[in-house]
Amino acid sequence: MVVRSLTGNYAVAYAVKLARVQVVSAYPITPQTTIVEKLSEMIEKGELKAKMVRVESEHSALATVFGAASGGARAFTATSSHGLLYMHEVVWWAAGSRIPLVMAVVARSIGPPWNIHVDHQDIFDQRDTGWIIGVAQENQEVLDMTLQAFRISEDPRVYLPVMVGLDGFILSHTRAPVDVPDQDLVDEWLPPRRQPYVISPETNVVMGNIAPDEVHYLMRYSMHEAMERAKRVIEEVDRSYAEVFGRSYGGLIECYKCDDADILVVITGSWSGDAKHAADRLRSIGINVGVARVRFIRPWPRERLVEIARDKKLVIVFDRAVSMGSLGPLFMEVSSTLYPYGTSLAGVIAGLAGVDVSYEDFERAIKTLVSKLEEQGRLYIPQFWLFPEGFESEEKRLEVARKWL
Amino acid sequence: MAVNLKALPDKKYIMPGNASCPGCPESMGLRYVKMALGDNVVLVIPAGCSSVIQGIAPRSGINTPILNIVFAAGASAASGLKAAYEMLGKDYHVVVWAGDGGTGDIGFQALSGAAERDEDIIYICVDNEAYMNTGIQRSSLTPYGAWTTTTWTGKKEHKKNVPIILVSHGVKYVATATVGYPTDFIEKLRRASKIKGFRYIHLLAPCPVGWRFDPSLTARIGQLAVKTGLYPLFEYVNGKFRLSPIGRRYKDPKNRLPIIEYLKLQGRYKHLLDKPEEIKKIEEYIENTWHLIDALEKSFSKGGGEKIYKAL
Repeated sequence: MVVRSLTGNYAVAYAVKLARVQVVSAYPITPQTTIVEKLSEMIEKGELKAKMVRVESEHSALATVFGAASGGARAFTATSSHGLLYMHEVVWWAAGSRIPLVMAVVARSIGPPWNIHVDHQDIFDQRDTGWIIGVAQENQEVLDMTLQAFRISEDPRVYLPVMVGLDGFILSHTRAPVDVPDQDLVDEWLPPRRQPYVISPETNVVMGNIAPDEVHYLMRYSMHEAMERAKRVIEEVDRSYAEVFGRSYGGLIECYKCDDADILVVITGSWSGDAKHAADRLRSIGINVGVARVRFIRPWPRERLVEIARDKKLVIVFDRAVSMGSLGPLFMEVSSTLYPYGTSLAGVIAGLAGVDVSYEDFERAIKTLVSKLEEQGRLYIPQFWLFPEGFESEEKRLEVARKWL
Repeated sequence: MAVNLKALPDKKYIMPGNASCPGCPESMGLRYVKMALGDNVVLVIPAGCSSVIQGIAPRSGINTPILNIVFAAGASAASGLKAAYEMLGKDYHVVVWAGDGGTGDIGFQALSGAAERDEDIIYICVDNEAYMNTGIQRSSLTPYGAWTTTTWTGKKEHKKNVPIILVSHGVKYVATATVGYPTDFIEKLRRASKIKGFRYIHLLAPCPVGWRFDPSLTARIGQLAVKTGLYPLFEYVNGKFRLSPIGRRYKDPKNRLPIIEYLKLQGRYKHLLDKPEEIKKIEEYIENTWHLIDALEKSFSKGGGEKIYKAL
């Protein structure tokens, strides 16, 4: 065990090395680039015995690692934003093929206009693809989650690819102390690669040719069932990781002062840290806030969330993405999960396009919603837009719209 | 080394229950691929007719392992598969079997990338000169004048010359072939299989449905493409360019059959048979093609290729 000062991206690279990945293929995109750079360096220095395929696009990057994984190798890629959108068709193909794979997604907003700063629009765009999707809060968790992703993906009860989300720049380019586990311990903890089938002349397997519609339907159901089983696997992996490496994150949801909270914030990603800080400060003035940090948006931790949230006075969801024409995607998940219990709900949409959201912003939003709850007794505010500072008034926003939009 | 017909395997590679149309050049070509390379082969097939020809899962009408993949990813998925085999110490041939769309249009970027990286794969473009699987729409490899369901009065542009583009990538091996001359195709496949690095074979595949001809004529039309000089057969090996023995004589215009012999058998050219100015454009295209071939032959006469021919 060595503690190193690592950026989130380097934490990914170290995890990939520890997992003894055999084939890496990726196309550089800000803010993912330093993952590809670090892995290239590790491979060229002989620290990681893997083949690096330096492809011409993200579409090819995922197709290449999918091909490699189908051929029996442990494979890895990483991307962000437009790169993720460009590979979207292969994202579906890989999951539908039930081939274990791991991909890091360094969250970044989607243009136009060009913007390299974080929001979660790119990650939430992948919700329905059949990938397990985890989102880390800080750099240590980035390393741990990436390592765990291989074990989850290659578990025979799951056999689905896994995305590990980390916020662009806030994690990807910011150093923090990261405990890098010993290779021996990782080798012991992470079993050799398992997968449902290997394409080779020895197996004579054909994958992906036309199937009857009914069979295709059942394949979808089988993926859904695997997702349901993955919930248990993720919890198990979290526990066994803790036994060996001493760190547990609570599995599907990390609960921060949830138990005695009256007000529960539901959130995912790096800004959860600011939400936790806000919760502490609000507690000091008598507003009992807890934070349920969703670590996996797929499979959606329905049962766990019900346990934690159903009896709260108010559940406030913070979304760093929006389904334009509907609501925040995390809010949609939470509200449909809590529907039978009639829990008071609010959905805050904030931090889009990398607009900074400070702990004070969290405090303000939470205070406002709590006072509305006190006025009304019960609350349902599906979209509460936390506009950037200075643009709170409609008049101001119209001014911008006339000029720019 | 010339192919001995008697020594070719008798094994059945294209099975009953495959979904190809009568006279399909793709099922012919797939058979030749397996006859040439044997069982140490994995096919990567991006979207196209051959995705369908395999038949309905869990069975397959083609007796070979296949990784089916999305349209634009033939060359990239094959690169990954080969990388895995390398890491696992397995020596399998990875062969991409892609149509003209999957090669020259939607799959072009991945193809160019894999060629530039000199991936150790064999890439076969089975060129039926239009998007046949979706119902005969033009591609960049549809020839001038041909009717398709998106060029009702005939295509106005000439065919993209993909094999020459691959030559300019500086890959190890480029060849043209047609299902009309199976032994030539098999010989080229076998030669390619002994070379390491990126290998490209362009296989002209006359399609009875899309080209509008009788299904019994597939091979004959492939031969006519060569005999009229429309489709030169060549090989480019490690910097050495040479015309294939079977088609070399058609470099001389005197030895060529008139192009009308090729055009008149195909319904897709019906509308221009009585338009001499249109026929002339196709004849000019043939002349230009041979100018290019001649230039390549001269430019690449001193590559390291000759040694390889002897060794093989």
